[in-house]
Amino acid sequence: MSALKLVVVAAGLGVPSSTRLLADRLAGATARDLRGAGREVDVRVVELRGLARDIADNLVTGFPPPALRDAVRAVEEADALIAVTPIFSASYSGLFKSFVDVLDKDALTGKPVLIAATGGTARHSLALEHAMRPLFSYLRAAVVPTAVFAASEDWGANGADGTGGADGSLAGRIARAAGELAERLTGRPTAPRARAAEPEQVVPFAQQLAALRAR
Amino acid sequence: MQFGIFSVGDVTTDPTSGRTPTEHERIKAMVAIALKAEEVGLDVFATGEHHNPPFVPSSPTTMLGYIAARTEKLILSTSTTLITTNDPVKIAEDFAMLQHLAEGRVDVMMGRGNTGPVYPWFGKDIRQGIPLAVENYALLHQLWREEDVDWQGRFRTPLQSFTSTPRPLDDTPPFVWHGSIRSPEIAEQAAYYGDGFFANNIFWPKEHFQKLINLYRERYAHYGHGTPEQAIVGLGGQVFMRKNSQDAVREFRPYFDNAPVYGHGPSLEEFTEQTPLTVGSPQEVIEKTLAFRDTFGDYQRQLFLMDHAGLPLKTVLEQLDLLGEEVVPVLRAEFARNRPAEVPDGPTHAARVAAREAEEVASK
Repeated sequence: MSALKLVVVAAGLGVPSSTRLLADRLAGATARDLRGAGREVDVRVVELRGLARDIADNLVTGFPPPALRDAVRAVEEADALIAVTPIFSASYSGLFKSFVDVLDKDALTGKPVLIAATGGTARHSLALEHAMRPLFSYLRAAVVPTAVFAASEDWGANGADGTGGADGSLAGRIARAAGELAERLTGRPTAPRARAAEPEQVVPFAQQLAALRAR
Repeated sequence: MQFGIFSVGDVTTDPTSGRTPTEHERIKAMVAIALKAEEVGLDVFATGEHHNPPFVPSSPTTMLGYIAARTEKLILSTSTTLITTNDPVKIAEDFAMLQHLAEGRVDVMMGRGNTGPVYPWFGKDIRQGIPLAVENYALLHQLWREEDVDWQGRFRTPLQSFTSTPRPLDDTPPFVWHGSIRSPEIAEQAAYYGDGFFANNIFWPKEHFQKLINLYRERYAHYGHGTPEQAIVGLGGQVFMRKNSQDAVREFRPYFDNAPVYGHGPSLEEFTEQTPLTVGSPQEVIEKTLAFRDTFGDYQRQLFLMDHAGLPLKTVLEQLDLLGEEVVPVLRAEFARNRPAEVPDGPTHAARVAAREAEEVASK
């Protein structure tokens, strides 16, 4: 089997950028899951900041300059796409949308896509559901159920790793979303699912009390 | 091979002077440009068709009829005639009339237009663009070839025993080009009828048009009109010249930067690298145009866009002097070199009449 092509579109504007950081975490987790399932994977990151003028030129002239054409082709030929944007004014950034606007309307049809976004606070997180997801639904992409939002606080100790990858933490959300994307490509679950059948796990109460006192 | 110019007919402010010509001045300028084209030895003048400001040429056969009366050799054409929103009966009549007045120096390029609202203005639905082009042209084709036409279609009121008048000059309809920048359906239509295919390649990179033209050539052969190399291809070009390359760049830059189509986007340098636009010396124009043959094969008609983006008439006339005196003679000689004998010349009325007569003799 040939290597899967995983393309990551990151619309962050800062250098370094937390959007790029999130994009890399998602790509890393997805690639790990795919390799775990025995698949080769090539990851390519497209940073839109470097293509900002090309994208504007394409909007004006109707055709992409060479570097943008190359990026568009990579997206078209990708087996799966990870799309990460900062949230600006309650939605994806203008640069991100402009890039999507220069894609062919059929370029993403049926393509597995993982959507993610960054923002100052978690109050912006539903922009993923009311802006990003409908955009990709319109393009008939196969968007995975878990969308990952990273607020500034998520990059702190408690958010990112403090809970050791529990489901609600950023690391946990990244792992779940990456697992869903990898599953779309391999056709089999990469993580156990049938929790209901397992006996409930409990942390003894005394231990819970002790943990709180330690703070 | 035929060389000429095509005009959009835009009224655009000259960015260097801030002056906007009146519609009257622009219309007279288009005529002056057409007359100059004949004077400097070009073969073709083609005008666009538009039905909204800032464009003036809404009535192409009126303008071309006037130019016909004031020229001797120039072929009068369009770029394009809206086959979607015009009544095909009126196109048949208008261009047959023009053909008589111009002694056959007429052909026509069909197009679908690039202004969405034109469809509703003429009572049509833009989503039916391709079906309109297909059905209307089928009727036009029939009207020019049959005297007694019974016809019924989806888009136009039916016809019973209808005869379009006047009949085409010498029973030979004007040659038809089909212009398209993106639709394989139109390349297929041109191939089906054995008509010409014009790819206005001036605003986009060549790879896109290569596919479209190759498709047309293959389908032309498929329908038995000749080999792929014998298909009738026309191309656009866009140039601004001065003897000295740097002078051309300096003078054209404000027009480029503010041009309606691509202004405020890429730099002049980027655009000249990525598209057929050439801003430089006549020699640079010659080299870039000759390279078209390497990309698209031997072709029949080369039209240049010379009078847009607010360039003043005086400048455009100077450009035509350079084109006619320094560029086209070299292109004629170079394109003729190594051109296979079986590749046809650009279409003329005289050649088409002769071909039709030869066919009739052969079939007797």
